[in-house]
Amino acid sequence: MSILVIAEHDNSALNANTLNTLNAAAKIGGDITLLVAGSDAQSVVDEAAAIASVSKVLSANDAALADGLAENIAWLVNGIAANYTHVLAPASNFGKNFLPRVAAMQDVMQVSDIVDVVSADTFVRPIYAGNALVTVKSSDSVKLITVRSTAFDAVEATGGSAAVEELAFGEAFEGVSFVSRDVTVSERPDLATAPIVVSGGRGVGSKEDFAIIEKLAEKMNAAVGASRAAVDAGYAPNDFQVGQTGKVVAPDIYFAIGISGAIQHQAGMRESKVIVAINKDEEAPIFQIATYGIVADLFDVVPELTEQLS
Amino acid sequence: MKVLVAVKRVVDYNVRIRVKSDGSGVDTDNVVMSMNPFDENGLEEALRMKQAGIATEIVAVTVGTEQSQDTLRSALAMGADRAILIKADEAPEPLGIAKLLSKVVEQEEPGLVILGKQAIDDDSNQTGQMLAALLNWPQGTFASKAEFEGDSVNLTRETDAGLETIKINLPAVITTDLRLNEPRLPKLPDIMKAKKKPIDMVEAASFGVDLAPRLEVVSVSAPEARKPGVIVANAAELIDKLKNEAGVL
Ligand SMILES: Cc1cc2nc3c(=O)[nH]c(=O)nc-3n(C[C@@H](O)[C@H](O)[C@H](O)COP(=O)(O)OP(=O)(O)OC[C@H]3O[C@@H](n4cnc5c(N)ncnc54)[C@H](O)[C@@H]3O)c2cc1C
Ligand SMILES: Cc1cc2nc3c(=O)[nH]c(=O)nc-3n(C[C@H](O)[C@H](O)[C@H](O)COP(=O)(O)OP(=O)(O)OC[C@H]3O[C@@H](n4cnc5c(N)ncnc54)[C@H](O)[C@@H]3O)c2cc1C
Repeated sequence: MSILVIAEHDNSALNANTLNTLNAAAKIGGDITLLVAGSDAQSVVDEAAAIASVSKVLSANDAALADGLAENIAWLVNGIAANYTHVLAPASNFGKNFLPRVAAMQDVMQVSDIVDVVSADTFVRPIYAGNALVTVKSSDSVKLITVRSTAFDAVEATGGSAAVEELAFGEAFEGVSFVSRDVTVSERPDLATAPIVVSGGRGVGSKEDFAIIEKLAEKMNAAVGASRAAVDAGYAPNDFQVGQTGKVVAPDIYFAIGISGAIQHQAGMRESKVIVAINKDEEAPIFQIATYGIVADLFDVVPELTEQLS
Repeated sequence: MKVLVAVKRVVDYNVRIRVKSDGSGVDTDNVVMSMNPFDENGLEEALRMKQAGIATEIVAVTVGTEQSQDTLRSALAMGADRAILIKADEAPEPLGIAKLLSKVVEQEEPGLVILGKQAIDDDSNQTGQMLAALLNWPQGTFASKAEFEGDSVNLTRETDAGLETIKINLPAVITTDLRLNEPRLPKLPDIMKAKKKPIDMVEAASFGVDLAPRLEVVSVSAPEARKPGVIVANAAELIDKLKNEAGVL
């Protein structure tokens, strides 16, 4: 088996989800090649080559690859996909954007968002917002797969010294260009990987009051998350959204504060080790999956909690 | 410009689905079905384009059984001009759907195709990207804002780090995020009028594309249930539990 993994990065550092994706590749078993497609991303190439489980790094360096445009990355990956038995990418916005494009060019049916590897051709993936798990067997000659990073531990980031090979990029796709990026700057750790996540919902009531969620998070050095209702109402930016259509997280502790626990929200956090729910409605569905619940007004409990945590 | 909107009939988002006891699939008998929420956003966007004089005709298309006519009727009630039902008994995979849609694009020659970013039943998040690749068109996925400027679109996309704006030339494929717009609710007269609007029916087999599934469903199971939790009285008790019982703090 020979497996190609597509690295996610911002041209300066590797995204942690690449290490989780590499673990899924290791579970399939075989020789692993890591592709770094970017622009002036030498530091990422160096990081990639240092990963113990990677046997070869392919480095494609072109201005057209700087901003993760799906058309260009898909073109690049399509050119080499047939050399491998499997092509894997993280099931992040990056991976979801370009890999189905490659799949169509290869005439392959992608397996999306896998949470387990049963064998080299059989994988488990959630459907219906995680309310069912389907085991599927692929008959395609090249298997294209996106990997849910919370379902696989990260591989060691060091200990290796893989050979680096250059991969030439052709011509940029006409008709698409990158304009701008509006990245949420936060002092808090990354939502996708933080060991503790504190999320606020519609119950928090306003953007101003969302500060009490942030204060609690700060006290525990936790990441901040939000329900869709909180994002829609403008309490928090879109990349804070946890759920079926937002991020999937699985921290050691997940605080759901003023969140009712709709199935679409649960889809993004139900694999957390410990779930804490704070809600004034004892009937709220979130209590059905909470490890610990407090039935009370969040404006009483959250400041108390922040105060008492040392 | 003609706009083609792909709509899918799915189990309503309020339904808590049940996995069949024999592990063969999900029980969809007698459950409420509705239009995939993201597709409502797609249709709404097309309707706004028409109001703004950018779109001239809106065609809704679905792949499914006769029952998917319901979804097309909803689309017509929202304001689509006409609808196409591609009849398929076995629900094709996203690759098959994308192939069928690419044939419809060849026939209809729209300037834009709008799809949902994902269908809430299978959560594949593939069809739009696959269609764009088959057509060799640019794609604007996970869109939360679309501004049309001549024959291009400035498209704001929701990413894992925030927002990103790209510019794509038409013809193109767009997939919607829920924050793109607020879909309208059809009014009773529109629902009545929709009954008279035309639905073309074509057999999927007539397109001559390979729809054979590539993925075999081995089994479907329910996720492991979480252990029931406890209600604690206050912040102090919670901190104690997190430290001494769960050992996570
Ligand atoms: C338990 C289970 C068993 C299955 N078994 C099989 C099987 O044996 N064989 C098989 O071929 N498939 C099977 N499927 C898949 C099939 O039912 C899905 O409809 C198909 O995979 C589409 O995926 P998706 O809706 O997640 O696509 P997505 O890519 O998530 O959909 C995105 C968008 O594409 C458009 N779209 C998607 N489907 C349609 C449609 N039908 N009509 C119009 N527009 C559409 C919509 O705009 C939608 O918002 C199975 C699925 C499940 C859950
Ligand atoms: C296709 C689709 C996709 C979706 N994707 C997502 C997703 O990815 N993520 C997501 O989160 N949602 C998603 N949703 C929306 C989801 O269905 C719910 O609407 C949403 O999660 C509700 O957010 P909420 O719990 O914050 O608000 P509500 O359901 O309104 O709950 C607010 C809660 O706060 C409590 N409360 C109010 N005041 C206080 C107080 N002072 N003290 C304590 N408790 C208080 C209330 O009792 C209530 O339980 C999706 C929906 C659809 C249709």
